[in-house]
Amino acid sequence: MALAVSELARRAGHARAHFRLAALPTLAILLGCAVLLNLAIGAVRVPPSAVLGILLDHAGFSTGLEYTPQQEAVVWNIRVPRVLLALMVGAGLGTAGCALQGIFRNPLADPGIIGVSSGAALGAVGLIILGVSPLGMWSVPAAAFAGGLLLTLMVYALSRRDGRTEVVTLVLTGVALNAIAGGLIGFALFYATDAQLRNVVFWQLGSVGGATWPNVRPAVLAAVVAVVPLMRYGHRLNLLALGEREAYHLGVDTERLRLQVIALAALATAAAVSFAGVIGFVGLVVPHMLRLMLGPDHRRLLPASALLGAAVIALADLAARTVVAPAEMPLGVVTALAGGPYFLWLIHRTRRAQGGWG
Amino acid sequence: MIPRNGLRWFVLAGLASILAATAATACGGDDDDDAQAGATAPAATATTAAEESPTAAPTPTPAITAESRPVLPATVKDKDGEEITVSDISRVVVLNGDLTEVVYALGLGENVVGVDTSATYPPEAREKPKIGYQRSLNAEGILSLQPTVIIGSELAGPPAVIEQIRSAGVPVVLFKTVSSLDDIQRKITDVATALGVPNRGRLLAQQTKAEIDEALALAAKATSKPRVAFLYLRGSTVQTMAGKGSGADMLITAAGGIDAGSEAGIVGSKPLTPESLVTAAPDVIVVTTSGLQSVGGVDGLLQIPGIAQTPAGKARRVVDFDDQYLLGMGPRAGKALMDLVKALHPELKG
Repeated sequence: MALAVSELARRAGHARAHFRLAALPTLAILLGCAVLLNLAIGAVRVPPSAVLGILLDHAGFSTGLEYTPQQEAVVWNIRVPRVLLALMVGAGLGTAGCALQGIFRNPLADPGIIGVSSGAALGAVGLIILGVSPLGMWSVPAAAFAGGLLLTLMVYALSRRDGRTEVVTLVLTGVALNAIAGGLIGFALFYATDAQLRNVVFWQLGSVGGATWPNVRPAVLAAVVAVVPLMRYGHRLNLLALGEREAYHLGVDTERLRLQVIALAALATAAAVSFAGVIGFVGLVVPHMLRLMLGPDHRRLLPASALLGAAVIALADLAARTVVAPAEMPLGVVTALAGGPYFLWLIHRTRRAQGGWG
Repeated sequence: MIPRNGLRWFVLAGLASILAATAATACGGDDDDDAQAGATAPAATATTAAEESPTAAPTPTPAITAESRPVLPATVKDKDGEEITVSDISRVVVLNGDLTEVVYALGLGENVVGVDTSATYPPEAREKPKIGYQRSLNAEGILSLQPTVIIGSELAGPPAVIEQIRSAGVPVVLFKTVSSLDDIQRKITDVATALGVPNRGRLLAQQTKAEIDEALALAAKATSKPRVAFLYLRGSTVQTMAGKGSGADMLITAAGGIDAGSEAGIVGSKPLTPESLVTAAPDVIVVTTSGLQSVGGVDGLLQIPGIAQTPAGKARRVVDFDDQYLLGMGPRAGKALMDLVKALHPELKG
């Protein structure tokens, strides 16, 4: 079986073989650079030696490197939580997108397809409009998280018959519930004050600017709990790519696989959306870009999607907070404006090189 | 092959930018010295705006009995009732347009080092670095202006960002928003107290109150009671009518008019519909100048379904005001109210 998969991979062309072997280390280096840049660059000038001193001192070493309390606050209370949140959002969205594209056997699937994004938006918007905060600063994230998981659960439950779901039913049910959620959001917006409307607009544009130590910890925990287990589904997703029945005969319990992957992807996406708002594009395009570069093997695609997703959000946030400093560009705007043209170029190049989709 | 080159290029670019950043910071050093130089030293050198800068043309600055220079440290109560101590006002970042206007009227415009996108008055405030919009602030961007104090309204946020700024040791004072004419004085004195010029604040608040009272007195002489609708327009996409609880409702009622939106059952503000216009049946329509421009002037306004059928539409009684002037609820509130009274009651022009 694994033979057939490697056969598929081989057919994708030898030219990229070198890169594919080095792909994960390369992406890891890219991610490392993105993190370093995020810690070193910002509207407030902090010399690299001070950045290093702050990080090492907090890690328990006494370096004796000099820095001011303000620089320490900027690096340790603003930049570090922010880059951590960016990494968790990016890894979560990238991995969820990749896993869902595998489950739906469709490169156009994104985390929104199972209703998690619109469910989260409905939860957040509903709470903003009600103007209540039962859980203090946790209220909006909690409502978004719950909304995202609930709507995904409904999509799955409504698609299931006699213990089975089909991809087409799932997609269509997702479309229907997304429409209903969108309608309810509109209904809530009708009752909103101008101030609430503005809050909603900014929430929907996405940002990791609100990252502080207290809210980064649960966010990172949620991401780890969802993203790490997803890495183990690469082989089964490869088998599923051969077709539902073929995978079943090769010993994959396709129904359980679908349920588990959808649940984990929903968890990862809900965590990302609840802390950073709606950030489009990454969940759909990052796995897709990697598929164009690395071929279709999910065992490699899943970790690569996590790494590249994290790097993309980290770099996008770096741009978001420096390009118009001292103000800040919404993150969703940067990912779409920077990623869109690049993706377009990649599509054209791939078609020229391969005469179609490899 | 190309993707690999692409990634390699990425990595190279990354390393290059680290180097560039290092070089930049190496020669930049830290600019803390400048901040200290501008701080008000306890010596007798009056560095801060002792001379009334000719700002805020329509708002006479307080008389000389006010402090010639700020008295610091100042302690002020925040919206949550927390005591906040301000010990240096050499670099002020103001998070909204109304408060910016107050700071300038107090003669402290020179100290302002950052404003938000809503700061349109006085004109020189527009030249200051913009920190974005008050609800989506960026902690590090604000800190890069090296503020010694930050003032804003309770709308400023997100809350996490305010916390981040406070953790860097910069006092952030957030005030309650204005919901009645009496609140205007409180807003002025609060800002003045926070910046160590309470006497200037008292004088400015008294003067503002006198102007408001003058406008109210004139409104009391009015014989007509027109129905007035305030419309917020942003082109053909955003068109709302104000109602109960809005700033416009408060001003229209104070100016001796009936807020048609509230009468029609609108709470806050709601999208404009032909039916709501017919129900409201305003005699006068009040709009912001930029809003009127966005729909193409009075002629364009009359094209909006339902407007032409209202008494105001038939008589072309449309009044436009600069939004910061009419709704700023600051030192110019009395003058704006006076203008509104005169616009609503033509019989007073005797």
